Amino acid sequence: MNSVSEPMTPRQRATWAVILGVSIILIVVRCFIGQGMGKVYVEPTDLYFGEASPSTWTTMDEAQFDRFRADNPDARTEQWTEYRTVPPKAYFAQEQAGGGSIILSWPRTIGLWIGAFFTLAIYSFLYRDNPFYKFAESVVVGVSAAYWMVVGFWDTIVPNLIQRLLPGFAQEYLTPGMALPSSEVQFTNLIYLIPLVLGVMLICRLVPKGGWLSLWPLAFIVGTMAGLRLVGYTEGDLLSQVRITISSLYVPGGDDSSTFMMIWTTIWSSLASVLLVLGVLCCLAYFFFSVEHKGAVGGAARVGIWYLMITFGAAFGFTVMGRIALLAARFEFLFDDWLWLIDPTNQRRLADALPILGL
Amino acid sequence: MQILTRLIPLLITGIAGLVMIVSAFIPYTSEWGKIAGQFFNILAAFAFVLGGGNLLKVHLKKISDQGAGWGYSGVVLVCFLVTLFVGLFKIGTYPNPSYPDVHFSGETQGTGSGFWWAYEYVFKPLTATMFSILAFYVASAAFRAFRAKNFEAILLLGTAFIILLGSVSAGVFLTDWIPNAGPFGDLRLENLRIYIMQVFNTAGTRAIMIGIALGIASTSLKIMLGIDRSFLGSGD
Repeated sequence: MNSVSEPMTPRQRATWAVILGVSIILIVVRCFIGQGMGKVYVEPTDLYFGEASPSTWTTMDEAQFDRFRADNPDARTEQWTEYRTVPPKAYFAQEQAGGGSIILSWPRTIGLWIGAFFTLAIYSFLYRDNPFYKFAESVVVGVSAAYWMVVGFWDTIVPNLIQRLLPGFAQEYLTPGMALPSSEVQFTNLIYLIPLVLGVMLICRLVPKGGWLSLWPLAFIVGTMAGLRLVGYTEGDLLSQVRITISSLYVPGGDDSSTFMMIWTTIWSSLASVLLVLGVLCCLAYFFFSVEHKGAVGGAARVGIWYLMITFGAAFGFTVMGRIALLAARFEFLFDDWLWLIDPTNQRRLADALPILGL
Repeated sequence: MQILTRLIPLLITGIAGLVMIVSAFIPYTSEWGKIAGQFFNILAAFAFVLGGGNLLKVHLKKISDQGAGWGYSGVVLVCFLVTLFVGLFKIGTYPNPSYPDVHFSGETQGTGSGFWWAYEYVFKPLTATMFSILAFYVASAAFRAFRAKNFEAILLLGTAFIILLGSVSAGVFLTDWIPNAGPFGDLRLENLRIYIMQVFNTAGTRAIMIGIALGIASTSLKIMLGIDRSFLGSGD
């Protein structure tokens, strides 16, 4: 895993050329074996709408739509086609049956290949830094910045700000389902001019001489968060964790299949309860630095370290598992969705996989 | 200028924090807390705009200077602007069937829209792969750093080992000779894993959570009372 970004040596360049060449040849060959690979099929559905009465739209099928237009030539109508992704086996079955409406989706197929390219481009960093990785890295920066801006605009600014300050405009153009207040200007909503002004002041940080203006909204953000966290963490973490720690040390066992098992499970469960309380106290003793860690406090702190080591070990184990699960998901994307080499969710028929495997 | 850059921001911080605390204790003022929370969300959305603006500024400067790797800045800007345009104008989005004449009534990430495409085929693969690549680094770092030098290190290593083994079928296979219903059933790896999680891990996590809560409470008080002014910059 070398992440050095100095120029490549001729040997490394040759290695890259060989890897790329072999990969391209394998992919091209794979494209012509069996049913091919990396295709996304969609089923189009035509949707028809007619305005039966002012602002009341009715969904209808094609025949109803034609009749509606003939009966109401001046009525407003809308129609469009939606595309639903279907598993490749639906397309194969349709082709065997002699035709149907399922078609290859070029935008989604191109998207699938782009997704596969980006996945491989990111993994290429495991060898060393390279232009493919840098390109993918730049794309993720640009797309994610825009993604969060768009989500912030449509999920927060529109419902919380524009709907309150410009309800008529919002209802007509953005969120037609919203209830319109009795008058256009709602004085109770004018208070939302404050976050608008603060928001504009925040953006003033980009202006060289207006940087100080952003201190006010920043102060509001920090203050609100401080108040929220003070109450939230005290109630949700501090008090609740202390409360559930103060519990009975005697826990009756759940297994009553025999007297021995009942006593055994009672001992085991009660031991767990004692170890839990003891562990919390010992860990807190370790975190308590106002008293020197000597004598009894030192002993408790040492036991606390043992508990914390077990906690960190468990956290490490779960982190590794989580990352490996993500890795497996990416490999599944490459080998299932893109290369069509495996079929864990039966998206394609098993019979199609046999020729690929040479069976 | 000190009033504008120091006194007023400190007052805003104190009042905003106080409103949030008061609204949690006095039912009459709970609405204030909700409104302050909405203001916060709106400002957080504006912060994304600020982030986008900053991204534009930095990368436009890089392109203008034509320094090393300026071409990648071009890629950043193109991807940013295209995704922004597609998302803000809901390109390819189907309107809400109840309001088919209003273009913007559809879901931003509705299936088939341009923004959905960017999320599904660019954003999701890239971010998921970025996170998954950490599996290699975690394994590599663990291989290099983990040495069972002392008792604490053995505890850490052993726990990680039991947690990992107890979560996979290999671990279950290793200890499936121990009868599950008997007195030693808890020594099976999958049960041992649960016991560790429920007792030792819970105890450690609980103490850490109590510590974090106390730390956050004290830091929040320091910020609201104006003792900690680091967010105002200038080394205060």
